[in-house]
Amino acid sequence: MSHTIIDTGGSRSFPTDHALLEGAVDDGDVVIIIGTKAGARLSDAPDGKVAVVVELGTECLGVHTGEAGGDEGSNVIGFARFRLGESDPTDLVELVRQPNTSPEAIDAARAAFESAGLVVAVCNDFAGRIVDRLIRPYYNEALRQLDQGLASAKDMDLTLKLGLGYPEGPIELLERTGLSHHFEVAQALFEAYGEPAYAPARRSRVAMLRGE
Amino acid sequence: MAEFKTVGVAGAGTMGAGIAIVAARAGFETVTFDLKVEILDGARKQTAAFFGKSMERGKLTQEDVDAILGRMRGTTSLQDLGVCDVVIEAVFEDLDVKQELLTGLNNLCPAETIFATNTSTLSITEIAGPSGRDDRCVGMHFCLPAQLNRLVEMSPGLNTSDETFEMAWSFCEALGQIPVKTKDSPGFILNHFLIPFNNDVVRMVDAGVAEPSDIDKAIKTALGYPLGPCELLDMVGMDTQRLVSEALHGASHDPRAACPALVKKMIAAARLGRKSGRGFFDYDGPAMFGA
Repeated sequence: MSHTIIDTGGSRSFPTDHALLEGAVDDGDVVIIIGTKAGARLSDAPDGKVAVVVELGTECLGVHTGEAGGDEGSNVIGFARFRLGESDPTDLVELVRQPNTSPEAIDAARAAFESAGLVVAVCNDFAGRIVDRLIRPYYNEALRQLDQGLASAKDMDLTLKLGLGYPEGPIELLERTGLSHHFEVAQALFEAYGEPAYAPARRSRVAMLRGE
Repeated sequence: MAEFKTVGVAGAGTMGAGIAIVAARAGFETVTFDLKVEILDGARKQTAAFFGKSMERGKLTQEDVDAILGRMRGTTSLQDLGVCDVVIEAVFEDLDVKQELLTGLNNLCPAETIFATNTSTLSITEIAGPSGRDDRCVGMHFCLPAQLNRLVEMSPGLNTSDETFEMAWSFCEALGQIPVKTKDSPGFILNHFLIPFNNDVVRMVDAGVAEPSDIDKAIKTALGYPLGPCELLDMVGMDTQRLVSEALHGASHDPRAACPALVKKMIAAARLGRKSGRGFFDYDGPAMFGA
C-alpha cells in the first residue's frame, strides 16, 4: 500500500525528515495531509483513495468532515503523532475514526504509518483522543498539588518514578517540554468537556502569560 | 542505626510480610504479629519463596538467608511487640481497627517506641489521635511489593514531633529504602495520582473512546510507562480498585476518585483481572500480583 503526502506546512507531527515522508510517492493509495491547514485542504485529496488521513490539532475530526447524527464516517481519518510541547514527536500515532469509518481505510492508514516504524493506536473522535484526555488532568493535579504543598517537586517526581516506573516525573516533564503547551491543550479540553479537572493549573497559566 | 534494634510489624498480609522481609534483611530483629496463625504461615511461605528466588538469582547466599530468617519470628500475641523500638502497622485499611491497635500497643510498648502506620489512604493524624502518643506516630507507606520497591512515603501527622519524624526518616534509610516526604493528605502522593488516573482510564473504556489494548499501547508508546493502565488495573484487581477508590473518595471527595460504574459491573461479572483470569484482557490462569 503506497502513500502520498500533502504538506500544508508547520506540521507538529512531522516537523523534520521522517521515513513516512521519505517513503511517499505520487498518486499513492493513501493520502496523508499534514500541517496546520491539513483540515482545510481535505478537498485537495483526489477521489477514489482507500484512505485520506488528515493531521489534527486539538480539534475533533468532525470539525473537518461534518457529522450526521451518529452515522458519520467515510474513508477520511484523523491522526496526530503524540508530542509534548517542543520535545521531539514520539512514535505514537493516534488514528481517529468515526462511527462509520471504513475498516479498509483504517487498515490502510495503519499500514502506512507502521511501515514507517510508527506505533498506531485507534480511537474514536473525542477531544484529546487517548493520551491528552488521560494525562492533562494528572498534570494539572500535579501542578496544583505543588502549589498546595503536598510535596516538593523533587519528591513528587521521585515518587512517581520509583512507585510506578515512570521514566519522568510530571513536574520535570512539564518543565522540560513547556508548561505553555500544557496550558493550550488543557484549555482546549476544558472548553470541550467543561470538567474542572481539565482547567489549566495556575502554574501553566503563568507560563503561558510569560510566553514560556 | 543505634536507636532501633527490634522492629515490630503488625499484620502479616502481603504488605506486612514484605515489610518484615525488608526489616530483617536490613539487620533488625523482626517480630511479626497477626491474630491468625494461618496468616503467619502464609507470610512464612511468601518469605521463603522470596528468599529462594533471591538465592537462585545469586543476590543472597544460603548463609545470608539463614541469618535473615534467624532474625525473623512470628507471633499471635500482641504483647510480644512490647519489646520493639519501632512498630509498623500494616493491618486492614480501617480507621477503627488501626486506632484500636495503636491504643493497645501504647499500653505495651516503652514510651520511646515509635509507631508507624503503613496506611495508603487514611489520615495519619486520625489514626494517631487516640493512641496516647500521637507525637510519636508517623506515616510510612511502603509500596507493593515492599520487599522489592524501595519507595516509602513518609508523612508527619499534625502532632508528630520533629524528632520522631527525623528518627523515622533515618530508620527508613537504615532499612535501605528511599523516603520521600509528603503531607498527611488522602492517598499521599502515589495513590493521590494513581487512583483517579486509573478511574479515568476505566471511564474512557466505558465511554467507548478506545479499546483497552489501544489505550495501553498509546500510553506506553507516548510516555514510556512500563505497563499500560489497563494491564495495571488487571494486575491490581477491580475489587481492590473499588476499595481504594471508595477510601480515597471518602477522604477527598474528589469526583475522579469515585469508583466508576464499570468497575462495579466488572466485579459483578467476575472480571476482576488476573486473579479471576479475566479483566480488560483474558489470562490463561489466575496469577497473584507480583508473582
